[in-house]
Formats: sequence, structure tokens, C-alpha cells
Amino acid sequence: MKFDRPAEANPIDRMQVVGRAHPRIDGPLKTTGRAPYAYEHHDVVTNPAYGAIVGSAIGKGRIASMNLAEAERAPGVLTVVTAENAGKLGKGKFNTAKLLGGPEIDHYHQAIAVVVAETFEQATAAAALIRVEYAHADGRFDLEEALKTAPLAKDPNSPEKDAPPESRTGEFEQAFAQAPVKLDELYATPDQSHSMMEPHASIAAWNGDKLTVWTSNQMIDWGRTDLATTLGIPKDNVRFVSPYIGGGFGCKLFLRSDAVMAALGAKASGRPVKVALPRPFIPNNTTHRPATRQRIRIGAGADGRIIAIAHESGSGDLPDGQPETATNQTRLLYAGANRLTSMRLAVMDLPEGNAMRAPGEAPGMMALEIAMDELAEKLGLDPVELRVRNDTQIDPEKPDRPFSQRNLVRCLREGAERFGWTRRSATPGAVRDGHWLLGMGTAAAFRNNLLIPSGARVRLERDGLVVVETDMTDIGTGSYTIIAQTAAEMMGVDIGKVVVRLGDSAFPVSAGSGGQFGANCSTSGVYAACVKLREAVAQRLGFNSAEATFSDGHVMSGNRSAKLADAVREGELVAEDKIEWGGLDKSYQQSTFGAHFVEAAVDGFTGEVRIRRMLAVCAAGRILNPTTARSQVIGAMTMGAGAALMEELAVDKRRGFFVNHDLAGYEVPVHADIPHQEVIFLEEADDKVSPMKAKGVAELGICGVGAAVANAVYNATGVRVRNYPVTLDKHLDRLPEVS
Amino acid sequence: MKEFTYERATSPQEAAAKARETLGAKFIAGGTNLLDLMKLEIETPQHLIDVNGLGLDKIENTQNGGLRIGALVRNTTLAADMRVRKDYGVLSRALLAGASGQLRNKATTAGNLLQRTRCPYFYDTNQPCNKRNPGSGCAAIEGFSRQLGVIGTSKACIATNPSDMAVAMRALDAEVETVDEMGRTRKIPIAEFHRLPGDSPHIETTLADGELITAVTLPRPVGGIHVYRKVRDRASYAFALVSVAAVVQRDGSGRVAVGGVAHKPWRVEDAEADLPKGPKSFSARLLADAKPTTDNAFKIPLVERTVAAALNDARQQ
Ligand SMILES: Cc1cc2nc3c(=O)[nH]c(=O)nc-3n(C[C@H](O)[C@H](O)[C@H](O)COP(=O)(O)OP(=O)(O)OC[C@H]3O[C@@H](n4cnc5c(N)ncnc54)[C@H](O)[C@@H]3O)c2cc1C
Ligand code: SF4
Repeated sequence: MKFDRPAEANPIDRMQVVGRAHPRIDGPLKTTGRAPYAYEHHDVVTNPAYGAIVGSAIGKGRIASMNLAEAERAPGVLTVVTAENAGKLGKGKFNTAKLLGGPEIDHYHQAIAVVVAETFEQATAAAALIRVEYAHADGRFDLEEALKTAPLAKDPNSPEKDAPPESRTGEFEQAFAQAPVKLDELYATPDQSHSMMEPHASIAAWNGDKLTVWTSNQMIDWGRTDLATTLGIPKDNVRFVSPYIGGGFGCKLFLRSDAVMAALGAKASGRPVKVALPRPFIPNNTTHRPATRQRIRIGAGADGRIIAIAHESGSGDLPDGQPETATNQTRLLYAGANRLTSMRLAVMDLPEGNAMRAPGEAPGMMALEIAMDELAEKLGLDPVELRVRNDTQIDPEKPDRPFSQRNLVRCLREGAERFGWTRRSATPGAVRDGHWLLGMGTAAAFRNNLLIPSGARVRLERDGLVVVETDMTDIGTGSYTIIAQTAAEMMGVDIGKVVVRLGDSAFPVSAGSGGQFGANCSTSGVYAACVKLREAVAQRLGFNSAEATFSDGHVMSGNRSAKLADAVREGELVAEDKIEWGGLDKSYQQSTFGAHFVEAAVDGFTGEVRIRRMLAVCAAGRILNPTTARSQVIGAMTMGAGAALMEELAVDKRRGFFVNHDLAGYEVPVHADIPHQEVIFLEEADDKVSPMKAKGVAELGICGVGAAVANAVYNATGVRVRNYPVTLDKHLDRLPEVS
Repeated sequence: MKEFTYERATSPQEAAAKARETLGAKFIAGGTNLLDLMKLEIETPQHLIDVNGLGLDKIENTQNGGLRIGALVRNTTLAADMRVRKDYGVLSRALLAGASGQLRNKATTAGNLLQRTRCPYFYDTNQPCNKRNPGSGCAAIEGFSRQLGVIGTSKACIATNPSDMAVAMRALDAEVETVDEMGRTRKIPIAEFHRLPGDSPHIETTLADGELITAVTLPRPVGGIHVYRKVRDRASYAFALVSVAAVVQRDGSGRVAVGGVAHKPWRVEDAEADLPKGPKSFSARLLADAKPTTDNAFKIPLVERTVAAALNDARQQ
């Protein structure tokens, strides 16, 4: 099905199942421990061996020598695989650095060997016996230093391939110079780690030249393709299975070393091999969100209308890496005739930077939305009012390109009302509760709607069950449930009659989970397959499919009605289709919007920041399931709170690695940090985006949160911190007196 | 993790004797610190002597009106004990500010005293660390040192002792009771129990080889208002940037020990004479010889402010 015209009325609009708060259909399996995660497929392979990865102990250089003898002799060891004996390996399209390093070392904890042994304990003990001599090389580990000479970089994912690296509209410099009110500030966001609950893990088993990998991966087809490329085998020989995933946040978008090393270890040992990355490997062995250094300049009239806006950002990555696209949202969020955005990319030797929940948007909005708060103060305007005044219903760079639907203003207004925003003191540092300084902050949330083709197969079985199969993944998001809801709505059956099978490369290729495109795209793919299945059913029952309605297990048209089950009395019916996207995202800017409100308390003695309450109002098209959508948004708000207050990978600039590489050193919020969260969804249905009329929420929820927290802290203390995370040491010496 | 052998001791003295005569032996209590370190091969004992089940898990009144806390009393039990809550509130509060409920259920009094530093370089066996690998150097001094010590540090090591419990015990003048392989017992004042790093940061206490902790005793209650104030980036489940254990009397005099700044709970009795003058002059004396790094210089004003917060808390109670 090609979606190239706005959606008309369709069966989803009935919203008898879709749009309802249905609990997760996979919930009981998870709470009873019967949902097997990657490392736990105990039934599929008997007699697995265990692989332990050895990571590079240096950030840059080469392996001078490697002594495997002691490890090979250790009890239980079956084999040791290194770059030297692994044979020729390719590199996946989505990988920046090689997943098996050596002799050249590209980054700290890059895998350089896997030890395969009979038990997990034997493998890890033997891995520690490998003796490696390194020849150190000087690495580029200091972002500030590296940015001094970094060139401009384009957004590699931009559809406009020939656009210049700087995007310009109007005459920024001139307009800014003449603007009555000006802001020009620098902001910094640190490297961050996804820190999802389940570390990367894989079980690999060869059967002749066929390889099956049970793994934890958000994008089945990408991972499968890149594994085939890496191993130099046909893609058809690889099966990737990932039915349950303990979180990913982007860290599992790509093939990683667990899968490659499990496959190599299994090949060399002739046994199925299990590999899980230990927690301390996650920050340096896998990917992270790159740090940014950003400059924002905004010039406004006395009435608060933006005349000129510039946003420049710099980040670093390994050779052939990508910039963190922190300026993208600034191109679209606010009106203003004169605009400039650009990115710089420094080549560095820290581990690979890559997508993490709302890549680009999250750190970009962390800076931009502080800047807006600062501008409001300069103008003597309320921060909500400033944002309302600069709303735009068109793409500010392309005036003939409207937003498909944009309700930012309603989010801000409704949020302000619900939150009691009028109680905010415009003067910072003015509200006390005992020794606590109190403040409120707001920020806009803004994330684009991305469209990826997505396929599905739907089968009506003879017992009346509707079985959906797609390689879509559920990374804890609720995909199982919203897909079941979609199929139930389309086929007119109870949700209990739908069976959903996900995360297997044997199923049709889907959008996968990422960029908050999963929900809308994958359900649209299921919608497309269901339309075909409805046609097949109608044909069997002798209905005109265009007129037939499917409801309560029946098919009806005019005054005729038949049981759905009658259609399969002679045999099951199967339909497969995929949703493909026409040009509606070119003629319309498709985005999701929201407003965050935060109340924060700062201990006047110690400077500790504690959030008291958070509210998000979201406008994101049709909400497919308010329960799972709310979970996504509160999770994102929590992650945003972490980004605002504590999350930072500390770089050792001499040794070239992230030092705090476990969950004791890299702090993420705990329950006590998140006392009260509320989420409101505006009722919307966006007919330009898909037949589901839905967009995503999972990344919208994080965009802007950090700035809302930082703005609340500023409102509490009167001390502006522009360098995340906002930890106590950054404002301690300037706090107002309490006692 | 390396392979090791394991035995259950049958008496405290036998445990001490076994520990002394067996190469590479270590006691194991709750295991919440030791096992983590063994998994990372930061500690590599060849033999573990389990000291659970030796009857060292009782809290008893002492003859002179104090309290004797068995070495194996769990942190949860100790924090909840009515006598502790009533007369040694600072200890109860310090315990509850540490780790998580699950960990405190396992963690023991002796294990808590002997838990090792949380210096991130100590935790990465690729990095030089004099504490983990004597003579290899210290990666932290010129590296990432935000969490680390500001006073009593040395050229060899700037790590901190991460225990909350020990800071409260230092304010309470606790004593550590031990037994050795001959059955000889001794009492070590808590002030002398932990060592400064000097040039041998791997030696952290004044315990002799194989010496077993049997109990910690607290002297008669000193009254006053008990406050434990722990400062950290997140609200729970994090080690202290700085912590303050204070027992403050109505006349403004009191005792203050500080955590998160040194290789041991930091207390300067002489400085306490300045407490009635307020946090500024007290902290100035407490930290007179501080040598912070650029990363952790903020701990100096933070100590003063946290002392102020604790004194303020005390006033409000
Ligand atoms: C995630 C996490 C968070 C934590 N957060 C905090 C925190 O915020 N604040 C805090 O204070 N602590 C914290 N801790 C540390 C915790 O308090 C310690 O792990 C615990 O107290 C150790 O006690 P244990 O009985 O488990 O010791 P074990 O791990 O069994 O032993 C620790 C050491 O003590 C030795 N030992 C044990 N018993 C004796 C004895 N009787 N005589 C001589 N030697 C003995 C052992 O040989 C070993 O060297 C945390 C720990 C973890 C894992
Ligand atoms: S500060 Fe101490 S524990 Fe940390 S690296 Fe240096 S020697 Fe090791």
C-alpha cells in the first residue's frame, strides 16, 4: 500500500480497540519470567558454550603482541578468536568502527578477542589470562581542542543531498546586529550512555553454513544484513531472532560485538555460543550519545518576535563518523525571517558516537530551550508567551510547506493552566520552602515524524485466530499491544483473538524500533496487510470488500451478515503487504509537539536539585494506546531528568576513555528522583501522516525536558547553568543565602 | 572471577587462625562488596572463610551503658534497633542513607567498615592504581577525580572511604573489637582503625593479617541531636559527594565527622571547639590542610555548607 494522499475515513476511526487503554498483552509473560530475552533462549540450543569478550585496554594505538597460551590452556577453554585467526571480516554499513579490533585499536574496550569455554565462569576467568602488549598512539580525546579545527558537516540523513553544510535563510548576521534584544550564549551537553536495563547479548548457532542468532536488537533487518556483511556470507544464510528486548534507546539499533563474537566463537568451536556484554563494557564498547558544544544567537524585537536565529553545534566522532544533529529542530521550531544553522564534526578517538533517544533533537533542544528562557527574561516576557508569539504553522525556511498539524500553542496553554504556571515568580530566587529554593520551568517539546516502509503478514486461521507476523520489535514500548489492537480493529475481532509474533527475520521486514517511527509505521504496515486480508475474506464470503464492515467477529454489508470464521472454513487466509510512503512528508512538515513543565527545589545549603513535579502535554496525532503511550512519555521525561541533573560520561582526556563506565559511576535517575509525573495527550488525528493518523511519542517525551528542568533550577536560584548536567558544583558558590 | 575454595568457620578464633595460615584467604560476610570485586578480579582471594553463623550477629548492652554490635549484624537490623534509633540516631540515619534496602539486608557491620573505595580507576583493571596494584601508579590524580579525596591524600592515592556507617561511628567514638589466631582480643578506637593512604594505599586499616572483627562497641550515649546529612547528585542509591554526621548539644557544642573527603571518616576533635562559632570557622579548621584537585575543589565549600545544613537541621529538631 502506498500512502500518498491524506487518509480518508477508515476502520481505525471507529476506535473500538485502537486508542483504548489496553494493558500490554505481553505483560503476563514478562511478569512471570516466561518472555525469553536474548540470553535466555534455553530451549533453542542445548549445550551452549560461553563467550567472554576481551576489550582493548587503550584508547588508540595497536596491539604489539598478544599471548593467548595461558588462556588457551585454562580449564574448559574451547577456543580463542582474535582478528588474527578470525579470517577476513567486513564492516557493517551502520558500524563506524570495526566490531573486532586488532592489530589497530580504534577505541577503548573495542573487542579484540573472545574466549569460548564450557562455562561462563571459565570463559571470564580465561579472558583475564590473555596478555596483550600495546603500542600506544596519541589520540584525539579532547572535544574542545578537536573542535578548534573541525570542518563543517552535513546531516548525513538529510534528504537534501546537495544542500550546503550551512543552512541559511535571509541575512542572519545583519538582522542579528540590528535586533533590539539579543542573546548570544554557549551551551554544552556531555556524552551520555543509553544504560538500558538489558545489556547486549546474543546466542549464535551454525547449522552447516546457516547461522541463527538470538539477540537483542531494535532493527532486525539492519542487524541481519550487517552481520552477513561482516562475516562475508549471504544474507539469506542468517536468521536474526529478537522477540523480547530489555530496552535499547538506540544502543541496539545496530549490529554490535556480542552478535559478531558469538557467531565467530560458534564457528570456531563448533558449538552454539552465548555472549553477553558485561555492564562495564556498555559505555566504551558500544555507542553513546556524543557531547556537543553549541552556540545560540537570537535577535528579537521588543515585542518578542524573533528576527534572527542562529544555532551552531559541534561534536566529535571516530573517522567516518557522524555529527550529532543538534541544530535540526531549530530550523523548524520558531518563526523568524533570518536564520542560520550549522554543524561541525571533529574527528576523535573516543568510542563510537551514535543515535540515542531523539538523537540531535534531545541535546539541541536542551540548549535551544534554555536560550528561549533567557530571551524571555531579557524581553521581560513570560516564557510561555514568548513561545506562543513565535509559533509558526509553516516551515520557516520554506513558506509554502505547512505543518501537517501543529498544536504547540495549545500544549503550552493547556500545560500552563494545568500546572498552575501563573504561580511562578518572574523574579528568580524569590520562592522559599524552608531551606529549599523553589522554581518552575517550561520548554517546548518537538520531534519530527519519520516514515519508514513497514511490512506485515496477517493470517486468519481456522480457529478464528488472527495471527500477525512482522520483524517489528518491542523494546519495552508496547509494539505487541498496539499491533494487536490494530489487527483487532481491522478484522473486527476481540483483541484476545489476535496473536502477534515479532522480531524474527523470517517475517516481513518492518520499520523496526527507532526514531519514534516504530508505532506509526509498523501499525500502518499491519493496517495494509489487514486491508488485503479483508479483501480476501470478503471475496470468500461473496461481499464487496469496499462496503463490508468487520465487527464483533462478523462481516456485514447492507442487511447481510456472515461470521468471519465462515471465511476460513475451507482453509486459512493469508495476506501480506507493506506500507510505503509517498511524498506527503515533502509537501507537509510532519512533527509532534509538546510542552514540559517542571517544578524543582534546590537545597539552599548544598545546592542539590530535586524535582518536585513534572507535566507533559503532548500533541502527537492519534494516540494508539494511552497506557503504553503514557509509559513512553514518563520514561522519556525520566531520561530527560537524568540528562538535566546527573548523566555524564566522564572523559579521561589522557587515556581516552569514559571513566565512569558502570551504573555506580554513571548515575541515572532512581525512583526518589521522580516524585510526580503527569502526561496529557491532546486529542488529534493527523490524516497526512498515515492511515493510522498517528505519530510517535517516545522521543517527543524527552525533547525539551532537560531545559525545562534547567529553567526551573534557574528560576529557583537565579544562577544560570548552561553546561549540563546541572550538578550542585556548578551553582554552589553563587546560591542566595539561606538559614 | 578466579577459582577459589570455600569453608565455613566454626569459631572466631579458628576463623582467624585459618585466615592467617591459608595463602590468599579472605573472610566473607554479606559478600556485597567482596563478590563484586572478585567478579572484576580486583580482589582475587584463593580461599574464602565464611564468618556467618559464628554467633556474631547480636546487639547487646554493655556493662558501662553502651552497646556492643556483633560484626555480623546486618545493616538493616542495626538501623532498625530501638536502642540505636533512640540513643545513636546518627548511626541509624547513616545506615539508611547507604546503598539500598536489598543490600542493607545482606551487608554486615564488619563488611561495611571494610568496604573498599569507589574510585572509578580502582574498578578498571586496565588502569594503573596503587591501591589495586601497588607501585603501578595512580590514574586518578590527574584524571577524573570529582568523587575523590581532598584531605589526608598522598602522592600515591587520593581515594575516599565510601562508608556512611563509619562516619557516624567516628562521631560516636566507636571501638572495633577483634580476635586473632591465638584468641587474643583487642579494641581499636575507630579513629585509629582506618589508615591514610601514605605510600601504601593498599593497606587500608590497622588490622593485622588474619585478624577478625568480632564487634563494634559504642560508648554510653552522649545525648544531643543526631543528624546525618548526605549530599549526592541523585536522591538515593548513590555514594556521598560529602556527608556529615553530627551530634549537637543544646549549648551549640558537638561532634562532627565528615565523609566523602578522605581515606577515612574525617574528624578533627580540636576543630569542634569552633562549632559554636558556626560552620565557617569550624570547617576552615577541619579542612585546614586540604589539597583538592580541580575536579573536586567544590568539596571544600560543600563541606562548610553541609555542616551548616546539619547544624540547621539540628536547630529545627
Ligand atoms: C550498589 C551498591 C551501593 C552501595 N551504596 C552504599 C552507600 O551508599 N553507602 C555505603 O556506606 N555503602 C554502600 N555500599 C556498600 C555496602 O555498604 C557494603 O558492600 C557492605 O556494607 C559490605 O558488607 P558485607 O557484609 O557484604 O561485606 P563483604 O563483601 O562480605 O566483605 C567486605 C570486606 O570485609 C571483610 N570482612 C567481612 N567480615 C569481616 C570480619 N568479621 N572481620 C574482618 N574482615 C571482614 C571481607 O574479607 C571483605 O574484604 C553499596 C554497595 C553496593 C553494591
Ligand atoms: S586514587 Fe587510589 S584508588 Fe584511585 S587510582 Fe589512585 S591509587 Fe587507585
